[in-house]
This record gives sequence, C-alpha cells and structure tokens, in this order.
Amino acid sequence: MKSAVIVFPGSNCDRDLAAALELVTGRKPAMVWHRDSELPEGTDFIGVPGGFSYGDYLRSGAMAARSPIMRAVKDAAERGTPVIGICNGFQVLTEAGLLPGALMRNARLSFVCRPVPLKVENSQSLFTSNYDSGEEIVFPVAHHDGNYQADPETLDRIEGEGRVAFRYMEDVNGSARGIAGILNETGNVLGLMPHPERVVEPAHGGTDGRRLFEGLLETVA
Amino acid sequence: MKARVFITLKNGVLDPQGKAIHHALEGLGFSGVNDVRAGKLIELDLADGTKDSDIEDMCRKLLANTVIENFRIERLEDA
Repeated sequence: MKSAVIVFPGSNCDRDLAAALELVTGRKPAMVWHRDSELPEGTDFIGVPGGFSYGDYLRSGAMAARSPIMRAVKDAAERGTPVIGICNGFQVLTEAGLLPGALMRNARLSFVCRPVPLKVENSQSLFTSNYDSGEEIVFPVAHHDGNYQADPETLDRIEGEGRVAFRYMEDVNGSARGIAGILNETGNVLGLMPHPERVVEPAHGGTDGRRLFEGLLETVA
Repeated sequence: MKARVFITLKNGVLDPQGKAIHHALEGLGFSGVNDVRAGKLIELDLADGTKDSDIEDMCRKLLANTVIENFRIERLEDA
C-alpha cells in the first residue's frame, strides 16, 4: 500500500500517523506538503492527520480545506482512493465538503483528552472490516472542536445508509446522536475524531487502532 | 470601499460559547438576559466596484460555513 500523509502548518499528528502506517504496511508514507498540488504517482491511501492546521483560524480546518493539495485529495477521493481524516483531519474533510456536517466547539467548552469507549456501528467498510459490528473498542480523543452536528435530515440519511462508522458510548463532546466517525456516500472516505494511530502497539496502552490500518491494508493492497 | 460580514450560528444550532457568556452575565448579577448567541464580524477593505455577488461568493466559499452559519453583508459606502 502506497500511502501519503498530508502535512499542513500546525499539523501535529502527522508523524504518529506515518509511524502507524509504516508499522502496519512496512512502507514509509510520502509526507505531502499542503502547498503541493499533486500526490505522488500511484498513491492508494491518503491520511489527513490531526493537529491545529493554520492555528484553527476562522474555523477548525477551514484554511487547510482550501489549500492547494486538497484539490488533489478531492480528485483522488472521487476516483475511489481511500481517505481517512483523523481529528483535525475530520474537520478538514467536512470543511472541504468531502463529508457532511460540521465539527463545533465541545458542548461543555472543555478540551477533552482521554481514552474513550466507542461502538463499531458498521463493520462492512474499507476501514472497519477487521472489527465486529457492535464491538466495543477504545481510542483516545484529544480535541476542543469535536461536537459533530448536521441538520436532522442529514443525520437520518447517514444513519439510514449505515454511514455512522463509530459512535461514542458516553457523552464526550455533545455530538449529535453520539457520532464519532462517519463515512462518505461511496464509503471510501472516513472522518473520525478519536485517534486510531495512537493505539497501534502494546506500549501505547492498547492496540484497537491497529486493526483499522490492517483491515485497510487487506482491502487496498 | 469597506464591507462588514456578520456571521451568526443558524437557529437551532447549539452555541456553547453563547451559553457560557450567558451564565457569566448571570453570575455578574445581570438578570433578564434571555439568551446569548456569539458570532463573528469580519471587516473587508475592498477595491471600488466590488460586486455584491463577489462578496457573497467569499462568504459561501470561505468566510462562513453554511452548514451551521448564516451571513449578512453590510456595505459601508465611502467609509
């Protein structure tokens, strides 16, 4: 699997994501700067990492979503290349229009940084094939703007289409219907606030995130 | 030519910052505040002759996230 990790000014989980991808795929991902306009030839997986791109100016992810490389990410996503957006990456993908809804300030205004239990709602996607449907897993979260909101019709639609990939098992940030991660219409774009790349080896205190990347590797490679 | 863009959360969208400000006002003893909603004001200094439709485009493409926000444009002629 030839993966690429997008790097914005203010990204800070790019190297964690790269380390997780290298561990699982055995291959170092290409680190692609936000001002580049093309992805490396043959890229078959794109990671949009966490952090505070552009200092969260205007809205989290708003500036990054309009940077030159995102045009190439959108084109690749439309061609079916799998794209994952984690934390700030999820915010970037919603701002870029690749995923519906928006991520707002946490309902109690506090920065939340702790491991949280999640329920795998859809185990049929490219990203979740290594989990069982309804399985409880634990990923850490670390965010201030993770409160997922969309209008009721959009929420009904994504629920009805099985596009809620992960749901919080407790109220973490006020997200509508406890949504922690969603898929796009064609199932090749996943955005989630929790960090699977931070739980890929036993020293991390858990390995639940590793199976996400392993599942992806099995389907993509 | 200057213009101001007011960005506000849509009705029904929870505003945690507005709620916190509301509580703080009550804590200071201001009674009778029914609700508080916080938004943004963006001031633009524009070339003369910039069309309304151009400013609306700026709002839709970047300044506001129309999933959750409304915008209102106010032109300040010769300001």
